[in-house]
Amino acid sequence: MEKHPAQVTIKPSVPVLTGRRRRAVFLQDYQLYLLIGLPIVYFLLFKYVPMYGAAIAFKDYNIFQGVLGSEWVGFDNFRQLFAMSQFYQVVRNTLLLNVLDLLFSFPAPIVLAILLNELRVVWFKKAAQTILYLPHFISWVIIGGLVYQMFANNGGLVNNLIQALGLQPIPFLTDKNNWVLVYLGTGIWQSAGWGTIIYLAALTGVNKELYEAAEVDGAGRLKKIWHITLPGIRSTIVVMLIMQLGHIMSIGFERPYVMSNPLVMDYAEVISTFVYKAGLQSAQFSIATAMGLFQAFIGMIFVISANAVAKKFGEQGIW
Amino acid sequence: MTTKIAPQRIADAVIMLIVGIALIVCLVPFLHILSISLSSKQAVLSNIVTIFPREFDPEAYRIVFRDAAMLRAMGVTIFLTVTFTAVSMIMSICAAYPLTKDRLKGKSFFMLLIVFTMFFSGGLIPEYLLVKELGLLNSLLALIVPGMISAFNLIILKTFFSSIPASLEESAYLDGCSHIGILTRIVLPLSLPVLATLSLFYAVSRWNGFMDALFYITDSQLFPIQLKLYQIIMNSMTTDLTAQEGAAQTEVVPEGLKAASIMFATTPILIVYPWLQRYFVSGIMIGAVKG
Repeated sequence: MEKHPAQVTIKPSVPVLTGRRRRAVFLQDYQLYLLIGLPIVYFLLFKYVPMYGAAIAFKDYNIFQGVLGSEWVGFDNFRQLFAMSQFYQVVRNTLLLNVLDLLFSFPAPIVLAILLNELRVVWFKKAAQTILYLPHFISWVIIGGLVYQMFANNGGLVNNLIQALGLQPIPFLTDKNNWVLVYLGTGIWQSAGWGTIIYLAALTGVNKELYEAAEVDGAGRLKKIWHITLPGIRSTIVVMLIMQLGHIMSIGFERPYVMSNPLVMDYAEVISTFVYKAGLQSAQFSIATAMGLFQAFIGMIFVISANAVAKKFGEQGIW
Repeated sequence: MTTKIAPQRIADAVIMLIVGIALIVCLVPFLHILSISLSSKQAVLSNIVTIFPREFDPEAYRIVFRDAAMLRAMGVTIFLTVTFTAVSMIMSICAAYPLTKDRLKGKSFFMLLIVFTMFFSGGLIPEYLLVKELGLLNSLLALIVPGMISAFNLIILKTFFSSIPASLEESAYLDGCSHIGILTRIVLPLSLPVLATLSLFYAVSRWNGFMDALFYITDSQLFPIQLKLYQIIMNSMTTDLTAQEGAAQTEVVPEGLKAASIMFATTPILIVYPWLQRYFVSGIMIGAVKG
């Protein structure tokens, strides 16, 4: 048994003598554990300790007694949470925004990828891709600023143009229904171009001979897209759809947070922003954790069922 | 013949037109904000700036570059991004390489441990409490350590490492090369495209991220640029939108200054990503094939 593994790694890797080879092989495997050790500690500490910490959803959390010392209260926090009228609003908003996002943002990159694939002017295609990826690299804070500059009632570019045409300005950001449209549009704007990468990758795998055969049979462009291109990327579409369905309950924090304003909170308050406000701003740690746990649990059920359904339909699924 | 070619040409033109419109939609917000940042105050206030600067005036940039807090926030962000990317890459490599080896006992257990975190998490509050217990509140470590490995990036890296022919590693192994030797001399040099891709992903996520800073950092000396921007842009935006409700007008930042700050924080990324494009396209393709 080697007692000082740290010394072993320092040894230069000179050719090993036959007699010591067996021992050397063992020591070399030791390096594998040395490499993976710290990352595993990271996952245990920063991912699994919080999972344990989520126990405070079932406790009356007290800052001074900590996670371990606080008293168990069973499902009291959940009962309290479910009794809040805000709970239903927040869950409804999360589902509403995510389902609409799925309906509108999901097909956008597929359509865009097919269009890019049909482009035959190479320089235009390359330039187009670079520009379409751009919004993905912009932070939500900045996107929030851009949206305001474009859609503000007073001085927003779009409303300036509308007024220049002699029409009444539209309250894009302060009317809650309009706000949902802006929220959805912003999502498409930010992600559609980036999303094409994965479909373009899948499109390179489509058999070129199929197109030639179809051409001989006299198929037009749309027919080729419908009968060859789309079936060719079907499994990629399904995998992406499962991943999206898995996230139907979870919603990123930054996008709704930076895009919301007090006038549209009826639609803009979602689970993640609620957890932040209840937990960190009002110090209701246990209630906020219960909300987070509720979300994580339902989300997991969604992933597992979506995957099972996909497999039933003969697709690969994600595991 | 001409009757056959004409519809093709029309279809091509229509496709180029649609893609062209998408490109314009992508670019207009940036051109607008750039124009505002370069126009005079009067021009901005009278709403005549669209996508070209009016009455050119770089005053807003002069103010941004003289603002010590802004420069400091930029310094913090640059430091954070460089450190975070380096640490994240080292940790991801250390985890991914052993996971490609069948000789690693417990390999599937480790994989399960890692993949599970992609589908289930303790949530924001327990994570906050952990960071607090560890004494990391108001420390830059809180913005580096808790998110330093992305399970998603780790799996992309592992997939790439697995695609390197095993025979290459075996021959080095027989020559007496250690695992760490094989990793640094053979695997890493062959993985440059994917290493570049993941570095970009980590760097962009750190550069653009502000949620953790909002939660963990209250000391304005440690504000990264996004949090600083958030205060500049959002505070005045909320005041603006709710002004008719009688909310008190707190400091309203001039539009030109907001626009210049946005350009200041975004330009570095705009310069970097097109150069790395061919790498991340191939990197994503690898991830796409095997999730």
